[in-house]
Amino acid sequence: MFGKLTFEALHHENTQNFAVIMMMLTGFGIAWYITYKKKWAYLWNEWITSVDPKKIGLMYIITALLMFFKGFADALMMRVQQALSVGDSHGILSAGHFQEVFSAHGTTMIFFVGMGVVIGLLNLVIPLQIGARDVAFPFLNSLSFWLYASGAALTLVSLAVGRFSDTGWLAYPPLSGLEYNPGEGVDYWIWAVQISGIGSTLSGVNFVVTILKMRCPGMTLMRMPIFVWSALCAMVLVLFAFPILTATLYMLTLDRYLGMHFFTVGGGGNMMMYVNLIWAWGHPEVYILILPIFGVFSEVVPTFSEKPLFGYVSMVWALVVITFLSFIVWLHHFFTMGASPNINAFFGVMTMLIAIPTGVKIFNWLFTKYKGRVHFTSPMLWFFAFVLNFSVGGMTGILLSAPPVDFQVHNSLFLIAHFHGMVIGGVLFGFFCGFTYWFPKFTGFFLSETLNKWAFWCWFSGFLLAFMPLYMLGFMGATRRLDHYEASTGWHPIFITVAFGALIILAGVCIQIYGLYKSIKDRNINRDLTGDPWNGRTLEWTTPSPPPIYNFAATPIVDQLDPLWAIKRGHAPKPVTVYEDIYLPHNTPAGFYIGVLSLIFGFAMTWHIFWLAGISFASIIIASIIRLWGEDVHECIPAAEVQKLEEARLKESL
Amino acid sequence: MTKPLLTESTTPYAPDPHQDIFSKTTLGFWMYLMTDCILFASLFLVYAVLKNSTFGGPGSQDLFSLDLAFAETLILLCSSVTCGLAVLSAVQNKKKHVVLWLLATLLLGGTFLTLELQEFAHFIKEGNSWERSAFLSAFFALVSTHGLHITFGLLWGIIMIAQIMHFGIVTMTFRRLTIFSMFWHFLDLIWIFIFTYVYLIGVL
Repeated sequence: MFGKLTFEALHHENTQNFAVIMMMLTGFGIAWYITYKKKWAYLWNEWITSVDPKKIGLMYIITALLMFFKGFADALMMRVQQALSVGDSHGILSAGHFQEVFSAHGTTMIFFVGMGVVIGLLNLVIPLQIGARDVAFPFLNSLSFWLYASGAALTLVSLAVGRFSDTGWLAYPPLSGLEYNPGEGVDYWIWAVQISGIGSTLSGVNFVVTILKMRCPGMTLMRMPIFVWSALCAMVLVLFAFPILTATLYMLTLDRYLGMHFFTVGGGGNMMMYVNLIWAWGHPEVYILILPIFGVFSEVVPTFSEKPLFGYVSMVWALVVITFLSFIVWLHHFFTMGASPNINAFFGVMTMLIAIPTGVKIFNWLFTKYKGRVHFTSPMLWFFAFVLNFSVGGMTGILLSAPPVDFQVHNSLFLIAHFHGMVIGGVLFGFFCGFTYWFPKFTGFFLSETLNKWAFWCWFSGFLLAFMPLYMLGFMGATRRLDHYEASTGWHPIFITVAFGALIILAGVCIQIYGLYKSIKDRNINRDLTGDPWNGRTLEWTTPSPPPIYNFAATPIVDQLDPLWAIKRGHAPKPVTVYEDIYLPHNTPAGFYIGVLSLIFGFAMTWHIFWLAGISFASIIIASIIRLWGEDVHECIPAAEVQKLEEARLKESL
Repeated sequence: MTKPLLTESTTPYAPDPHQDIFSKTTLGFWMYLMTDCILFASLFLVYAVLKNSTFGGPGSQDLFSLDLAFAETLILLCSSVTCGLAVLSAVQNKKKHVVLWLLATLLLGGTFLTLELQEFAHFIKEGNSWERSAFLSAFFALVSTHGLHITFGLLWGIIMIAQIMHFGIVTMTFRRLTIFSMFWHFLDLIWIFIFTYVYLIGVL
């Protein structure tokens, strides 16, 4: 009846019980608060069923931040464990639990935080920057979000019911095969990643079509802001890379559920094929995360330097070259597999080549500031920290790309330091930069600049303290995923140092949460009434903050890069507003329903409750048929109504 | 009910909800098909790697019969023709013809699927299921993923027929018929590769 699910699944170690109780208390707390404020109807009508990309984008970011707390708690537990578990002491976590923690940390941070913040930013900014009112497929967008959210929810469920995967964030066979991992952990991982991965593929389709088809009149490809270019490149990568992930997980599923032999050596399978396939997705994946962040900096740096971006065309080509190269470097993740020297050399050289377009970008940003009027606002601080971290991380990446060096430091903490430099120092700092930059645009009020700066300095110094010593530990021979070591290794003081660094980051996170709370509380004091608080250059700053549901009262027409800047400088005429009827898609709960059904499906498959899986899968099909029966319903805002709304807003801002 | 096609909007620049929806949907569907193509590419690649990993079991020469695969190929190619004819009838606004051609398509697709399942059942009866060897795993996964797509196509076709009966040939149903035919032709293309790479080369 309930497959493999028994009450045994609710038994956990104490640390995990604590986490479960905290998670449930938080959940009940939020539910109680919503009930107390009588906000359920508002939440349902304005957010859950919404197909407005601005709201979907915010929901992505909120979900990603919630998942960030889980992933960050995992990180803290690992750091505390490694600081304590030396010699006779065995720390706070058992070896088995520690494995679950690092697997959950990687999975959460890449799939649910990284992807969440990136696709969230895309949803918020892309339609506005290309002068569109919506994305190409609004319902598909809502569906993508709910698939992503149900994948995230499945990892949270795994915390309370049963165990999560203990095979690392990429679940290499044979460890993740049925023989060595008969439990539910790997299945949780498979379904969480598979469901949210399908959501990402759909997002990729959606944004590529949006960017190719919905740019406003006059915006040729070479007049698109770099953020749009970077999003286009990243989404093309999604289209090429995510199907490989889907296929790989599909084969692992078949191995585990139907006894196939893709990756089981007994039976003739080849487990290194899994490693190849997963990295053929995995390497483009890190570029899917970082390219949009390059785009963010390409918007922020010109704005706060009051200068056009240096080398626009070279920036575009650098993006395109990185997109291409990212597909022919995957083998550098496993030089130690034992491929021939020629193969290793090819992938090593290709990896080094990526440094060229990336270097072009770094120098372009630096030259943008040259002789500019640089404002040292908090987004710019994140940028400076990014340049430092990304250069250090990039240079250690070049070291790792040389196969002989890689053989020495493979799977050591040196590698951990390298890719955290890229993912924290790159993706996360870049997201914070973009978040601070666009926050007033989408909420209508500012974050506290003082607290932002405090948070920045905590993050920056904490990051350096937490990760730079890992390079040393890597050279000293400390491997990754280490839950215990001997005092004679001499690593203990360094591990204590990095744990201290993690605590400084925690302080930064706390300041950020407080800053968010404070700015929401004081939102009436620090309003942004202009819609253009940073003296911006691109189309999103021509709209009020927050933008109305239809984004632009009149479809903008552009004839050059940085259209708003051109208007401000008198290089382009002021646009004449001609109001027009605006059609917007109706809200729909179908995406939410399908997301919830996918969550049930994933849970049922994990626990081998096949009747429930069958029912939920059939329900997904039926829900889709019902949704797709008729034409999408649109509502029309007549031109006169738009004019009234716009004039009322103008009066308010004066 | 049956509006004339392609003349719905007299002012092409008017911001109506159908603005460009046809080209957006077809482009989006192309993108989706390309992702599906990469999914199949991965399965083909795995099949290529594992083709000789028979683990003491039968190899491709011992198992496959070209006759059956050739029959399947012809049936599926014919179904592509009927699917194309359905779209042509839709352009001429002949509702009854569209339904008939779609029914023929589904019938052929159903026959194809039956033959494929018979082949599978035959293999399994002889003890050569997907659990036998990595080669058979790869074979079953690749061919049955195509089969699953065909199954999904059949379901879609039934709904397509229902929609055309209900709404007639309007912009919406025409758009959906177009992408259905793209899907069906795409599956045909994938099958050509399966026929060539799995069966033809496998038997030779």
